Amino acid sequence: MSGIRCRIAAAVLVLCMALLPGCHGQREQEEFTVPEQFDEAREYEITFWAKNDTNKKQTDIYKQAIEDFQELYPNITVTLRLYTDYGDIYNDVITNISTQTTPNVCITYPDHIATYLTGSNVVVPLDELFEDPNYGLGGGELLFDSPAKDEIVSSFLEECRLGDHYYAVPFMRSTEACYVNKTFVEALGYTLPETLSWDFIWEVSEAAAQKDEEGVYAVNGQKVMIPFIYKSSDNMMIQMLKQKNAGYSTKSGEIQLFNDTTTELLYQIADSVEAGAFSTFKISGYPANFLNAGQCIFAIDSTAGSTWMGSDAPLMDIPEDEVVDFETEVMMIPQFDADSPQMISQGPSVCIFNKEDPQEVLASWLFVQYLLTNDVQIAYSQTEGYVPVTSKAQNDPVYQDYLDSAGEDGDMYYDVKIQAVKLLLEHVDDTFVTPVFNGSASLRDAAGQLIESVTKAVRRGQEVDDEFLTALYDDTLALYHLDAASPAEGEKDLGPLPTEAVVLIVSLAAAWILILVYLTILWYKKGKKSTLM
Amino acid sequence: MKKFLALLLALCVVFSMTACADDANSDETSSPSPTESADPAPTQNDEEQNAEVMSYEEYVAAELDSQVVIEAYVQAKQSWWEDQATVYAQDEDGAYFLYNMTCSEEDYELLTPGTCIRVTGYKSEWSGEVEIIDATFEIVEGDSYIAPALDATELLGTDSLIDYQNQFVEFKGLTVEAAGKDEAGNDVAFLYNWDGSGSDGDDLYFNVSYNGQTYTFTVESYLCDNTTEVYSAVESLEIGQVIDAQGFLYWYEGVNPHITSVTVVG
Repeated sequence: MSGIRCRIAAAVLVLCMALLPGCHGQREQEEFTVPEQFDEAREYEITFWAKNDTNKKQTDIYKQAIEDFQELYPNITVTLRLYTDYGDIYNDVITNISTQTTPNVCITYPDHIATYLTGSNVVVPLDELFEDPNYGLGGGELLFDSPAKDEIVSSFLEECRLGDHYYAVPFMRSTEACYVNKTFVEALGYTLPETLSWDFIWEVSEAAAQKDEEGVYAVNGQKVMIPFIYKSSDNMMIQMLKQKNAGYSTKSGEIQLFNDTTTELLYQIADSVEAGAFSTFKISGYPANFLNAGQCIFAIDSTAGSTWMGSDAPLMDIPEDEVVDFETEVMMIPQFDADSPQMISQGPSVCIFNKEDPQEVLASWLFVQYLLTNDVQIAYSQTEGYVPVTSKAQNDPVYQDYLDSAGEDGDMYYDVKIQAVKLLLEHVDDTFVTPVFNGSASLRDAAGQLIESVTKAVRRGQEVDDEFLTALYDDTLALYHLDAASPAEGEKDLGPLPTEAVVLIVSLAAAWILILVYLTILWYKKGKKSTLM
Repeated sequence: MKKFLALLLALCVVFSMTACADDANSDETSSPSPTESADPAPTQNDEEQNAEVMSYEEYVAAELDSQVVIEAYVQAKQSWWEDQATVYAQDEDGAYFLYNMTCSEEDYELLTPGTCIRVTGYKSEWSGEVEIIDATFEIVEGDSYIAPALDATELLGTDSLIDYQNQFVEFKGLTVEAAGKDEAGNDVAFLYNWDGSGSDGDDLYFNVSYNGQTYTFTVESYLCDNTTEVYSAVESLEIGQVIDAQGFLYWYEGVNPHITSVTVVG
């Protein structure tokens, strides 16, 4: 909402709130202030909503962390609630904000926090907690070895800053990698370059899509082959635009997604789908399953999905007899400019929800900090292709030894996983995140949906042309409410106010006028009476 | 004058309440997360909308990614979220998995087992599961039909099992095998999530054997949550027990039935 309508609505809202405080039956949270002292004489029960990658090792580490923390702070009980999907956490948090039943501590993404922040004092700003000499990062009163603020990788920490405040701390970081069936690439007569380019991927993928009259693909001798599968179409579009230095959004939330470069990219994708060379996770399935069955050559997925990638992957979703033996190469995602690589930074962060009792919030903060200790950071990062978020953990000899042990076994030291980790560690400076604002999560969905829609359309025999894309942009804009989110629209003339709004405003104004008139008459009569007396 | 003022103020309060309600709604709609599968692409023209209803045989023969129109009877509802419903449907000839079909919450309530619906969507395959996606539906007044459970026990392990994909089936005389190990290293009969990483309320996974082969069955928590009998029954399973089971013949990289009832028979 923008312009005059917005201001009127705001004015009406203020009036309504003045007339009907507590209209929603919801009290506003007090702003959190850091207590001087943590009251250890009291008992605290805090809830922790955590996400795992459907990975038992991760849930075990959460449980171990809680157990170890509770040994240090026996007066704090942490209850774990597990999720396997960020979207589910987000939806549940939204539902619980209105009833003030949010968890104390929650795994989250900054995009989601931006929405949570539309409520007042819902999420605790962490700046003062960071700096508190007793209970802050590296604080003197802590019962464990917490990292100092400058020991958190600065770029990761900055991702948790929204506006002027930090509203989260990073927990784990990952990026995307391209897991390549090198055996098939070479069988097709190509040699992998040092850095993958988009042109190379499109070319090899189209070559791999050749099949005979029986529908058997030459490269694998099977009837199924999707040479290039992307897990996150959101990330695909976002990274392509970033690499092209094209618009996506501004920091303030101006939507720039629907531009000429996007159109150009979608035409390229449509051509590749037409050639049978490309699909997505949502349309076809997990890239890892196709890769391991010899039905995919370039599988792009998170480094946190690396334990599923490759003939000898420790985690496998397809029957053993369908796995094909091949050499796996872990590479940076394809680039438009190999000299200036760009890749997304992703991974869970942790936020704290505000509560009436500041001591409870402080207890939550202690637990959050505990998640940043070396033991938790190193153990959790080893479960998948994650990177610890503190230099303290990254430089720990235990972690360094882990990195040096790539390939020593097919589980903890699975070489594909450790290669994926090293990819991020070597390219932290080449990572980026997208601007965060209320609506940025929606924009991200829309970016991916463009690719999904074009891919589906081509598969369904529809023509992807300017007319199609114009309609797609319009529909996407409306479906994801991006027309309302974009300040780039300026103060549009939204037409006359609806009759109900006019009646409401006039009624309210009339009521206030009459009240004032009545009070004036009363005051006048009272004055007259006292004069007569 | 006072009465008039009181009346006017009361009116203001009523209008203000309306404004409050509107505001609450706008908060909801500002939620920036439409469901993942929402597809804004314009896809169906009028001619396609009026396409003839296919027989099951024609549906099977239809190419993947082609538009299909079928009529079938609701057998079970798996989920509804943000105007999208996932439903098992079947007729006398075969079954359909209707994934994230456009459906209002009110219409979802009308999708009771046996209800006949006409569905227009696209035939698709995801990890081996053939389904109809991006679909719309309308209720067809008339007969209702509940499919009897097809005994698919002897089809286990055969190539023809997939011909019955998504049908309501039963398996008899299966032996419960270990699904994994608990924290103490003991064998357990079921797991929360495929590897035990979940907790009460998540999908249940358990293994059964028949004729020397082992199969993984699932209690899909959206289809049968932790308040259902089957959820409790699976949580009570013991390794070595012999069971009969019913459910829908779902596919995920191989057969992965979504079980709706379990009976211990030995």
